[in-house]
Amino acid sequence: MTKQAAGLRTGPGQAGKQQGHARASRKRQRAAYPYTLYLPAAVVYLVIFLVPTVMAFYFALTRWTLFDSTFVGLDNFRDFFAEQNLRIGFVNTLFYAVVTSGLKVVLGLLLGVLLTSKLRLRGFLRSVVFFPVLVSTVAVGITFSALLRPDTGLVNRSLALFGIDGPDWLGDANTALLSVALVDVWKGVGFATVIYIAGILSIPRDYYQAVAVDGGGAWHRFRHVTLPLSWPATYSVIILSFIGGLRSFDLIWTMTRGGPGFTSDTIASIIYKQYQAGFFGLSTAGNVILFVVVTAIVVPLNYFLGKRQVAV
Amino acid sequence: MKTSHRARGTALAVVATAALTSCGSSSGPAADGTVTLSFLVDNSQATVDTAKALTDAFMQANPKIKIETETRPGGSEGDNIVKTRLSTGEMSDVLWYNSGSLLQALNPAQSLVDLTGDPVLANVQKDFLPVVSQSGKAYGVPAGTAMGGGILYNRKVYEKLGLEVPKTWDAFMANNEKIKAAGITPVISTFKDTWTSQLFVLGDFYNVQAAAPTFAQDYTAGKAKFATTPAALAGFQHLADVHAKGYLNEGFGSAIADQGLKMLVEGKGAHYPMLSAMLPPMVASTPQAATDVGFFGVPGTDPAKNGATIWEPAGLYIPKSTKNLEAAKKFLAFVASPAAAEAVNKVVQPAGPYRIQGAKLPDDAIQVAKDLQAYVDEGRTAPALEFLSPVKGPSLEQITVAVGSGLTPPAEGAAQYDKDVEKQAKQLGLAGW
Amino acid sequence: MRALKRVGAEGIALVLATVIFLVPFSFMLLTAVKDEVQAEDLDFAWPSEWPVVQNFTEVIEARDYVLLRAFVNSTVLTVASVALIVVFAAMAAFVLQRRAGKVSKLADFLVLSGLIIPPAIVPTIWLLKGLGLFKTMPGLILVEVAFGLSYAVLLFRAFIAAIPRELDEAAMIDGCTGLTLFFRVIFPLLRPVTITVILTTSVTVFNDFVNPLYFLPGDENATVQLTLYNFQSQYSTQWNLLFMDIVLITIPPLLLFVFFNRKIVAGMTAGAIKG
Repeated sequence: MTKQAAGLRTGPGQAGKQQGHARASRKRQRAAYPYTLYLPAAVVYLVIFLVPTVMAFYFALTRWTLFDSTFVGLDNFRDFFAEQNLRIGFVNTLFYAVVTSGLKVVLGLLLGVLLTSKLRLRGFLRSVVFFPVLVSTVAVGITFSALLRPDTGLVNRSLALFGIDGPDWLGDANTALLSVALVDVWKGVGFATVIYIAGILSIPRDYYQAVAVDGGGAWHRFRHVTLPLSWPATYSVIILSFIGGLRSFDLIWTMTRGGPGFTSDTIASIIYKQYQAGFFGLSTAGNVILFVVVTAIVVPLNYFLGKRQVAV
Repeated sequence: MKTSHRARGTALAVVATAALTSCGSSSGPAADGTVTLSFLVDNSQATVDTAKALTDAFMQANPKIKIETETRPGGSEGDNIVKTRLSTGEMSDVLWYNSGSLLQALNPAQSLVDLTGDPVLANVQKDFLPVVSQSGKAYGVPAGTAMGGGILYNRKVYEKLGLEVPKTWDAFMANNEKIKAAGITPVISTFKDTWTSQLFVLGDFYNVQAAAPTFAQDYTAGKAKFATTPAALAGFQHLADVHAKGYLNEGFGSAIADQGLKMLVEGKGAHYPMLSAMLPPMVASTPQAATDVGFFGVPGTDPAKNGATIWEPAGLYIPKSTKNLEAAKKFLAFVASPAAAEAVNKVVQPAGPYRIQGAKLPDDAIQVAKDLQAYVDEGRTAPALEFLSPVKGPSLEQITVAVGSGLTPPAEGAAQYDKDVEKQAKQLGLAGW
Repeated sequence: MRALKRVGAEGIALVLATVIFLVPFSFMLLTAVKDEVQAEDLDFAWPSEWPVVQNFTEVIEARDYVLLRAFVNSTVLTVASVALIVVFAAMAAFVLQRRAGKVSKLADFLVLSGLIIPPAIVPTIWLLKGLGLFKTMPGLILVEVAFGLSYAVLLFRAFIAAIPRELDEAAMIDGCTGLTLFFRVIFPLLRPVTITVILTTSVTVFNDFVNPLYFLPGDENATVQLTLYNFQSQYSTQWNLLFMDIVLITIPPLLLFVFFNRKIVAGMTAGAIKG
């Protein structure tokens, strides 16, 4: 136990010293961090995920009915780029990813701070915030479709009390995507919050005491301790929710099916529709393209965030 | 399912910490001669009820055969499950699946048992066979009844306002105007369930065929297009018209089919472009659905050529992977017999005529089924396009929503659909595209 | 004065959070206890009839008690998959974070790929068939593990970064290396994030329906999410039963959460005493 406390006191503030450790003898590294620890994860991942994925990528070059496949070269890629609503889908995807991940980070952090403070109803509130994560996407979709109904929905009824005539949220091309994005935040913010709670609880108490000794207030505490030291959580939430946002279609699918018309389509929902139509080769090509696009955005982001992580 | 023992051993070792339960599906006859058939059906209430009626009656007559029913989701998600299981050789002994264009995508020649000339088909009406056939070979028997795709209307509203069933589109629009003036929603639309938006286009096919008799062949060959065939374009135009005139219900963009049916049965709306099969499940909770709601085909331009578009019943098929072919055939033969229709009639209200020789509608059939039967008896029906051509674009429902919401002009919507169809034909590898 | 303001602000936050999160929840509850006709309206109204017991028994008895079987299946699946994911991912994340080099760069990329690439269903079925694991519970468990690893590795790695290396060195002087270093020293320190991973991963696996649908089909193998299909179809839906089912299958994970939530709080107080 003493060891643990000693370690914590050294704290992540010392992370800069890691440069020195990189030069530590290789032998010792091998002993302390053997690659065998990778083994179980690597085996399962390689066999069950990677091999089928590589197999599937071949089918991006074929016309594939599941029963047989004909090699067609790059035709599928050409057809995918010729998809009529690809532009809308692309813009929507970015919009959706930025809005949902941005809100999840901000609200998740605020809720995380609130729910680790000395609140009397803390336990209850945590359950309440986490509850939407537990509910199936289908149920969330149905529930909010009902609440957002133009005539009898609770949202518009409440707005009417203030004399506002609310729109047909999900049936109107202007509001459909934003409405789904907000519901996505509602459903996903509990995820972000528990990650933040873990992040905040991992911060050694000493730091707060140091700030208290210095006479810093709540804002000071938040700005100079909680915010920088919960960086692992922020990093995880940004990466996970951003990738999730770029790939997202399940909630969009249950709530609007990409509609009305094609106005709330994202790249992932376009691919899903192709898959559902039985265009397996085409949708695989779409997945390859989506993979390239997401990688092109996320790898630099990951690099940038990772660098900050070391620098904290 | 032969496997290398070593591979399995390794895999088991990996999950050694977990409690293991390994469940295979039933196969082969048991020692006492009883056979268990697995039977895959979609999860719609009507299908599940019909399947239960069929299996119960069959098992009573054949105590040596037991049928275990398994459900799957409907819609295109279900299509993919069926394709995946067929292509991996993991299909049940008997499956319930659409006839027409969707069946063509299952590669029946490779995956299903050919029933051509088999006594199983003895009682099947000959004109049904094409929709369960590919290259002249028949693969299935009809399950359930045919249904009409057109306008479901509230007869009480018609009675109250003194309206007559319209024979032309103009008469239909005139009715709508009067209905609107009476404070009732003329045309119910439920675009949240996108598939419901297609009826004005798909249900108009009787009129398309009346004006252009070779449309289906030309369309399959890639020669006829929706945008350039005036009769085919009309469906898109109709969608735009009812929206432009303000005949739709408030919140049509986010309404679902259940809501639409409820509005119709309660008389808050007068017309609902829909499939007649949607109605029977309503009868249990709202009995007036059986009597107050009637059916007419989507009206066209010529009153003398008025008729209705028909959707054929789904089929029961046997995959080649079955180990219980004899028992499966026995079940199919039963399903395609008048006795099966009687068993079903006791449980589920038929939504249209049977495709089995000697099978009749019950005397207390619901009104929509009677209305549809009248069209059939007078020979004024045409099958929907998807039963005449393997080509059906997957995005039609989104396009019809966009046109029906005023987001896309009808001509543009039709052109978009033509492109969509082209994409599908290319993916099917059809000749001429 | 300041304390009063604080209480006020907290109170407002509390009310807001409760309204935003509990209103949809009460909608689900209300719909679950309505009769079929009223439930069809899907509005936020007080039930006119209360067929609570009837709805409950109908949901439980549907399809020959499929819900109960589904609970057993889902529990086995969740417990096994989550246990494997947590151990495998924490181990991998430890080396990944500590040992820089080409192998780690590759592993890093694979982790991100696992998050980005959607699983390819049909080739996976071929592969499982080849291994003799298709349509078996172990097969499905391995699938869940493979698909869930990336997420867990990413989380663990981020949090391991906050554990100082001095600790490793101190432990190594005591003679701990490799496995013992990890399990004796590091893993206990990861408690907050481990609980988070357990919580989030078990919810994902428990609520998964795509993978069970394809990799372990059949009514006797149903998982809880698949039972939703009993009451919902393309053509018609029994909303009251659907929501009763939703409420019933949401309760076990909720209890799990309440249990683990206590653990989080316990960990927190322990930390406070230590400091």
